[in-house]
Amino acid sequence: MSVITFPGSNCDHDALEVFASRGHAGRLVWHKGRDLQNPDLVVLPGGFSYGDYLRCGALARFSPIVNEVLAFARRGGLVLGICNGFQILTECGLLPGTLLMNSGLDFICRHQHLRVENPSTPFTEGIPPGAVLDLPIAHKDGNYFCEDHVLNELRETGRVVFRYCDASGNTIPQANPNGSRDNIAGICDPSGRVLGMMPHPERSATDAVVSQDGKRIFDALERHFGLCG
Amino acid sequence: MILAKIYVCLKPNVLDPQGKAVTNSLRQLGYSSVEETRVSKYIEISFHTTDPEQARREAEQICRDLLANPNTEHYHFTLEEREDGQA
Repeated sequence: MSVITFPGSNCDHDALEVFASRGHAGRLVWHKGRDLQNPDLVVLPGGFSYGDYLRCGALARFSPIVNEVLAFARRGGLVLGICNGFQILTECGLLPGTLLMNSGLDFICRHQHLRVENPSTPFTEGIPPGAVLDLPIAHKDGNYFCEDHVLNELRETGRVVFRYCDASGNTIPQANPNGSRDNIAGICDPSGRVLGMMPHPERSATDAVVSQDGKRIFDALERHFGLCG
Repeated sequence: MILAKIYVCLKPNVLDPQGKAVTNSLRQLGYSSVEETRVSKYIEISFHTTDPEQARREAEQICRDLLANPNTEHYHFTLEEREDGQA
């Protein structure tokens, strides 16, 4: 797998480390590169690419490597955008909508429950639908916005992959940390092979941290590739 | 030289939490007649050309390519002729 490092990325090593700890070959690819190095999966990591100047992810979209990521996605490659990576995926058009500033204006850094809405993507394969994950969130611009017709399409085609919820799995407004439409925490493209999510599975997938629910997403990816039962 | 003064604003149907916070602060300061505040971006771009049509075309394209996100923002701009070196 390849993790793209943009100027200002700060979760690139975390993502790489999770895959390395599970025995997978991976490498960081600098954003000015033009070679993804033939990965099975590309991760656009969290952080503050280009200092979040203009809009989050807006400038990263013009990094040379992003054209390679677009071509990789068009060929059916798996792309996972986490936090700033999700913002970049919307800016470069692989995913619809926009991540606006949190409705409460605060940078939110805490644990958050989310519910798995679509267990048939490569990133959620084998996770029971409705499963509740406890993952960290850390963002100021995670307020997912899209027009009504886009929201309807996302709902009708199962492209809402994760929703913010309470500990019991209720996707109520009170469990929505940032004002996202329909409590959306993560969406995928029509093929299910490009996923953007604000929460950080890579920060909760090693034995050193309290919640290890992020492992369930990496387990799912391994199932997808036939690497475990 | 032609200076483009570009405004990038949130569309009316998009919630503006910054604007809401500013409105609340203004009311706390006693400006009770303030109905609503919308926070936008203002960007200046100077073009090395004297042809206003060329500057207009380029400014339009720049807004579409980068400055405004069509999902949530709209833009408008004005052009001013400036002598070279004048900010």
